[in-house]
Amino acid sequence: MENSTIISLKDIVVEFDGESVLRHINLDIRNHEFVTLLGPSGCGKTTTLRIIGGFVNPKSGDVFFDGKRINDLPPYKREVNTVFQKYALFPNLNVYENIAFGLRLKKVPDEEIRERVFEMLDLVNMRGYERRDVNLLSGGQQQRVAIARALINKPQVLLLDEPLGALDLKLRKEMQIELKKIQRETKITFIYVTHDQEEALTMSDTVIVMRDGEIQQIGTPIDIYNEPINAFVADFIGESNIIDGVMKKDYLVNFAGRDFDCVDFGFEENENVDVVIRPEDIKISEPEKGQITGKVESIIFKGVHYEIVVIDTNGFNWKIHSTLYEEPGREVGLSVIPDDIHIMHKMAEEEK
Amino acid sequence: MKFLSKFYVGIIYAFLYLPIAVLIVFSFNDAKSRTVFTDFTFKWYEKLFTNDIILGAFANTLFVALVAGICAVVLGTLAAIGINAMNQKLQGLLLNVTYLPMINPDIITGVSLMLLFVFIRMELGFTSLILAHITFNVPIVIFNVLPKLRQLDRNIYNAALDLGCNPAQAFRKVVLPEIMPGIAAGFLLSITYSFDDFAVSFFTSAADSQTLSVVIYSMVRMKVSPEINALSTIMFVVVLLVLLLVNINDARKEKKIRQRNILEGEV
Ligand SMILES: Nc1ncnc2c1ncn2[C@@H]1O[C@H](COP(=O)(O)OP(=O)(O)O)[C@@H](O)[C@H]1O
Ligand SMILES: [Mg+2]
Repeated sequence: MENSTIISLKDIVVEFDGESVLRHINLDIRNHEFVTLLGPSGCGKTTTLRIIGGFVNPKSGDVFFDGKRINDLPPYKREVNTVFQKYALFPNLNVYENIAFGLRLKKVPDEEIRERVFEMLDLVNMRGYERRDVNLLSGGQQQRVAIARALINKPQVLLLDEPLGALDLKLRKEMQIELKKIQRETKITFIYVTHDQEEALTMSDTVIVMRDGEIQQIGTPIDIYNEPINAFVADFIGESNIIDGVMKKDYLVNFAGRDFDCVDFGFEENENVDVVIRPEDIKISEPEKGQITGKVESIIFKGVHYEIVVIDTNGFNWKIHSTLYEEPGREVGLSVIPDDIHIMHKMAEEEK
Repeated sequence: MKFLSKFYVGIIYAFLYLPIAVLIVFSFNDAKSRTVFTDFTFKWYEKLFTNDIILGAFANTLFVALVAGICAVVLGTLAAIGINAMNQKLQGLLLNVTYLPMINPDIITGVSLMLLFVFIRMELGFTSLILAHITFNVPIVIFNVLPKLRQLDRNIYNAALDLGCNPAQAFRKVVLPEIMPGIAAGFLLSITYSFDDFAVSFFTSAADSQTLSVVIYSMVRMKVSPEINALSTIMFVVVLLVLLLVNINDARKEKKIRQRNILEGEV
């Protein structure tokens, strides 16, 4: 029960005006999970949510809810609720009536509505605002009302479309923690859309990385960060150095003009690959002690660390994070341990 | 410079309102003359309210304006919703088609409608008159409702569906309240246009269904009776009052919202 699949998308294809927006999306979402759809703007995240909510009909493919096919079920009969991008509160109703909206439709007795609305107001920290005009609330407050309005119906699944996108950084961090808390307390399955990789990594149980209407990788935040499946995911999930390399044989890769030991295997002999190395995994040393030598091009203080750019003898720009200052113009050596060298198949060179 | 600009504004408003002022003054003139004011009197107003022709025509006009206005609001609102759902290209085309009747000279609209009614062998009367008024009122409603629909966040309708409304409920509970100001403005304008119309009504009504403007026209062809002055004055005052009422109501509502916020902000 705990880990049963609640929503499945099977081979979903969506086209708008002849342009394909989702290409063969396959997806299983388990009950009680916090799942995040992550990808750059325009990759089809919102469309995927709208498929689940029932606002878009796929050109082909099936949507399952709790094992039942729900392609033909209209939105108002689906047991999911949505927190829309920019909240979409009802401007003609006050905070109380916005939150009570779903229950009023179900003809729940007034007394119970009252109780549950106040329960929700407490949950989202908005007690005392019930008679306010929603048009005069701040972004953060509107956000809370939108969440309360959806959660009061006790949906099995809550869809959230970039719910924190319009908030400033500090408020966003606070709301991230609150949302995570609400999800843990209510045990409702959250399907959360964002283009912010940090948000995705900190909040989710499972992250789904999308690009151009296709799923690139599904995994836990740690998996996605440590084992990105290709250079796109690696780059999107965090800053990365991506360099062309050749896989000589299992556990041996050539890039930056020399061979490196690595932990990857199973590639073809002499296959061209992308080598991905995170900036924080590169160590700077004296030139003679490094595997690669280069010259410090620039250094910027980023708060926690310095961001250093080193140009190696082949002209490649290495991005390095270090807590130590390096003088620009200085010759340095760079080294990286085999565990931190990630080898990836080259992406089909289509529209990069 | 300041004097000049004030003078200019004065001239403009005099130009706009002087005719009406003259009309109002002479509606209280005892003599029938249109040039000399003799004595103050209410007699033209008394006469007006006993003039069956004018009262009948007024009733006709009101009836036609209300029925045509209501029909135009229903048709125009539905049309606006349909147009709003279309893609951009089709919308542009349709809006031009909608705009055309509005700039078409009334007399051409009137004549062509009359020809149409004759062609389909519909007898001229209230039905033809109301149909004609609906024709020129529908575009007015469309152009008042469409901007409200465009302002509306599409997701508000989706949110209503999401929370359990069927499409009809979603429309009634969240879309309608949002576009109501546009519908109301369209309705009031429709009524104004109906009252205002002469040419179309002239060609599409029969003797028993003549509107005020048509009746006044046939009366002044012989002689302008000061009763007409009295009638015009009443109509002007009514329009003025309606305008004031709408504005005061708006202002009061805004003030109330502001006050409530200040109050609740302190609690
Ligand atoms: N109703 C629509 N009509 C036409 N194109 C659309 C529509 N909705 C989305 N698209 C297109 O589909 C693509 C994916 O959109 P969307 O799912 O909103 O992306 P995301 O939420 O990841 O930014 C975009 O290129 C967008 O322009
Ligand atoms: Mg989106």
